[in-house]
Amino acid sequence: MSNLLWILKMAVRDSRGSRGKLLLFVSSMVLGVAALVAISSFGENLKRAVDDEALTLLGADLSIENGDPFPERVDVLIDSIGGEQSYRVSFASMVFFPSNGGTRLSTVRALEGNYPYYGAVETMPPEAAGTYQQSGGALIETSLLKQFDLSVGDSVKVGVVTYRIDGEIVKTPRETSAMGMLSPRVFIPYEGLDTQLLSRGSRARYEMFFKFEEGRDVDALVEDIEPVLRAEKVGFDTISERQEDWNEGLTNLYRFLNMVGFIALLLGGVGIASAVHVYIKQRIETVAILRCLGARSGPTFGVYLTQASVMGLIAALVGSGLGIGIQFLIPQLLADFLPVRVDIEIMWMPVLAGLSTGLGVSLLFALLPLLAVKNTSPLLTLRKSVDTTTVVPSRWRYVIYVVLVAAVFGFAILQAPVWWLGLAYGGAIFIVFGLLALVAKGITVFSRTFFPSSWPYPWRQGFSNLYRPNNQTVILMLSLGLGTFLIVTMFLVQQILLKQIEIAGGEGRPNLVFFDIQPGQLDDLSTSVSDQGLPLLEKVPLIAMRITKVNGRTLEEIRQDSTRDEYTWAHGREYQSTYRGELTDSETLVAGEFVGYYESGSSLVPVSIEEDVADELGVGVGDSLEWNVQGLPVSTLITSIRKVDWQRVQTNFFFVFPEGVLEQAPQFFVLLTRAEDEDQSARMQSSVVSRFPNISAIDLSLVLNVFDAIYSRISFVLRFMALFSIITGVIVLISAVSVSRYQRVGESVLLKTLGASRQQIIKIQFVEYLFLGLLAALTGVLLSVICAWLMALFVFESPFYLSGITLLIAVLAVSALTIAVGMFNSRGIYNRPTLEVLRAA
Amino acid sequence: MQSNSILTLQNLSKTYTSGSSELTVLKDVTLTIHEGETCAVVGPSGSGKTTLLGLCAGLDRPSEGGVQLCGVDLNGLSEDETASLRNQHVGFVFQSFQLIPTLTAIENIMVPAELRGERGVASRARSLLEAVGLLDRATHYPSQLSGGEQQRVGIARAFINKPRILFADEPTGNLDAETGETIESLLFELNQKEGTTLVLVTHDLELAQKTSRIIQLKAGKVVSDDISSRFAIPDPGVQVSR
Ligand SMILES: Nc1ncnc2c1ncn2[C@@H]1O[C@H](COP(=O)(O)OP(=O)(O)OP(=O)(O)O)[C@@H](O)[C@H]1O
Ligand SMILES: [Mg+2]
Repeated sequence: MSNLLWILKMAVRDSRGSRGKLLLFVSSMVLGVAALVAISSFGENLKRAVDDEALTLLGADLSIENGDPFPERVDVLIDSIGGEQSYRVSFASMVFFPSNGGTRLSTVRALEGNYPYYGAVETMPPEAAGTYQQSGGALIETSLLKQFDLSVGDSVKVGVVTYRIDGEIVKTPRETSAMGMLSPRVFIPYEGLDTQLLSRGSRARYEMFFKFEEGRDVDALVEDIEPVLRAEKVGFDTISERQEDWNEGLTNLYRFLNMVGFIALLLGGVGIASAVHVYIKQRIETVAILRCLGARSGPTFGVYLTQASVMGLIAALVGSGLGIGIQFLIPQLLADFLPVRVDIEIMWMPVLAGLSTGLGVSLLFALLPLLAVKNTSPLLTLRKSVDTTTVVPSRWRYVIYVVLVAAVFGFAILQAPVWWLGLAYGGAIFIVFGLLALVAKGITVFSRTFFPSSWPYPWRQGFSNLYRPNNQTVILMLSLGLGTFLIVTMFLVQQILLKQIEIAGGEGRPNLVFFDIQPGQLDDLSTSVSDQGLPLLEKVPLIAMRITKVNGRTLEEIRQDSTRDEYTWAHGREYQSTYRGELTDSETLVAGEFVGYYESGSSLVPVSIEEDVADELGVGVGDSLEWNVQGLPVSTLITSIRKVDWQRVQTNFFFVFPEGVLEQAPQFFVLLTRAEDEDQSARMQSSVVSRFPNISAIDLSLVLNVFDAIYSRISFVLRFMALFSIITGVIVLISAVSVSRYQRVGESVLLKTLGASRQQIIKIQFVEYLFLGLLAALTGVLLSVICAWLMALFVFESPFYLSGITLLIAVLAVSALTIAVGMFNSRGIYNRPTLEVLRAA
Repeated sequence: MQSNSILTLQNLSKTYTSGSSELTVLKDVTLTIHEGETCAVVGPSGSGKTTLLGLCAGLDRPSEGGVQLCGVDLNGLSEDETASLRNQHVGFVFQSFQLIPTLTAIENIMVPAELRGERGVASRARSLLEAVGLLDRATHYPSQLSGGEQQRVGIARAFINKPRILFADEPTGNLDAETGETIESLLFELNQKEGTTLVLVTHDLELAQKTSRIIQLKAGKVVSDDISSRFAIPDPGVQVSR
């Protein structure tokens, strides 16, 4: 008890004059804790919102859906199920705006009934959602209104039918607004729909929504109808399934954000460790005196542990408070990706968890340098330095290392959807931190070895500060390097992805694609494209087909065969195949021989297969496949395997048939052309759509814009999270610099006493921070280039692209920031009264 | 062993190993210091005086031999136990003062007493401050005091726990002659008043002369152990009350 009292008293007294410094040290923890608290309490709120609004996630009690109109048996089943029902058909189609000739591929949803039963479609004006079906109007996505400069009251043409735009879609249940970015939505009543749009093209979705009277057991019903639905390959969805899906998806989302925030926490921890290290160094003499006067090592350690704990607690409290505030921003940040409205309430569990995590991490990192207190010999009071080689490193050190590593991996694994991803993330954290620390160490060794002894004095002095005792090189490299790494990587990846799309539509390559062209329309379309002065780059037939047998075994047999787990997505899917006489320039043969023409009457049809699908199907050259080509059986023999470059805007196929087989099968054509500018593209599209409403068009520049929009939303979220790390990095920078300031004050005063001018002292400092900033920035940039390159190679499988400007800006900005912070913190050093400093030293 | 011996060294040796070379700094030192004695340890620089002092106070461990301090064999104690022993019975005065920079003068003086969990030590500290003539500087920090003033605070701190033995390593080494003398007389004055055993390391032969016993070290060995006549050895039967 008396011990405790003494510890507290000593802790308070000893902190005199350094409280501000101590607070600065632990402030590097604040943002990490804030991120943790904000994200995890947002996660709790999100879970609650999903549970509360579970009904609106589906908008109905049950939905049944199919890629084709419901088969007879299912229709009968639907009748027998009863309840209130709504029918909806969704399909991709060009929509046309007569007022200005604009046209764009959209997702059209034609509805009959009162769906959604739970939640509501929100529109501007609000009443439009309830009236458009009766009035025969349309609701359209805000982005369409903006793109074509339309307003409510204008018209939109879907197929041959013209609708008045009754309102704009603000929010709908079940869908996030990010979904609408890819393909804007247009809601119209089912009644009066131009069904021509459906009879062709196969990319439609047919859905039936049910609302049941109170108390009906949906699970039991599902069990009843499931066999029929399965047999007919018709899908269904219930609220609890939706809820599970969303819960899983959103949990992954917020866990991902948590991991990004975790980096800030770790960086803060490293900052604390380094600051406490310096702080304890300054306290070692005091510790030795206390030990000499008879203080036992426990209580002495207790004094500094108490200081660290109190400061850690303050940081955790401030961080939690900040986190509580920040979480109110997150719903807006993620609004585009959320299916439900999340109202934020303060959740105390995450706050408590963040608080204790913050305190725990602070202490864990502070403990490492604090251990020096335990090893301090009282002999230091008699001698300036004590031979410490005989001091056995405390085994506590290893315990702390183990706990630290376990905590990082534990957290990562807990937050990752699968354990190995967590392991990889934890490993990546250690690799990046380790590499930065390694480079820093390398710099200190290198700069000592290759010291530029011919440089002028201030430059030499500043340069040598990189490796002299008490240098801050490692910690500054870590904080600055990590921040640089995070932000530059994000920019580089964005640029790589954009460049990839740009290259895809580069000079001479197609950038405008027309599809769903019926054979009879092909010639007319070709003429009109040529008339507008556009090149006909490709005309490709498309035939839908399914595999029925692989080497004589039916799909059913393959599926049933439990001894070999062979059945994959490649077996059951519908293929769009083409036929032609030769390979295109995006294809290379990897095995067999490409056969371009089929002699009628000969046995099996020779086909060429893409290598990945060959892997999935487990087939090679010489194997046979049997097809159902829209009702007609076709037997084929694989004669070649191709590698396909999927990056090009081109029609690429898993299967290529020879000429002479499929010419009479029902087919559609795709036509590729190139428009030199947006105007030309728009004119071309609008003239085609007005003549052939069933033909759809995609403009690559639009894809580019959409991608850019989506990526910038995502990267905005990422940047927001990275910001925590970056600001933490700056705080660590500030605290590290001010620490070295305390160390350098004595030295500067000495220099001043020896006759150094103010300018020389400033120059020395400038040079030191210039080198630190420059080296940290270069290291961070180098790491991010490697990271971006690896991602391009393995994740995006796209060519690597590097913007020198981005890198240059990053290096300059980071160096400038370092110098600014450094110089700002060193201000006034020259003016410190010489005597005061010399006496204290 | 005599009942009134407070410090006994038995075949004490200290050897430093750096790499392959061994450096024996103290060789086979055996001596006994009695309660109430004042003795000076003298010798050329590097002869092992500070090393000896460190071993006596349990700040360091001997390579061979043993130390009995206040009747306790230091070899049998843990670091923390020697620390407690120091706190109970030992006072220190250092060449470089060794005040804690974040504590005021009076707080520095109170540290040893507070370490024992004692309350209300401020008045005792105050009277010690008065004894060293610094009562008006009680709330000043070390950096605001001159070297001599700092050492006076150091002496006051050494006496707060009424130690049975006081170790001083060149207490005047960092001070000018005049200030040094003030410090010396203060040290002896308090020492006599409290009846403390004093072990003083010094270069200053004049200072050494003021003690009752001079132990001379040379290259780690005791070369002479001279009981001066200027001070009588206190009656062995008299136990100094604490
Ligand atoms: N940790 C150590 N490793 C190796 N040698 C040491 C170590 N500490 C002290 N020594 C050596 O031990 C010898 C005795 O040192 P000590 O400090 O005891 O001498 P001293 O008599 O106090 O000298 P001074 O009068 O200069 O203070 C010296 O030669 C010194 O170099
Ligand atoms: Mg010495």
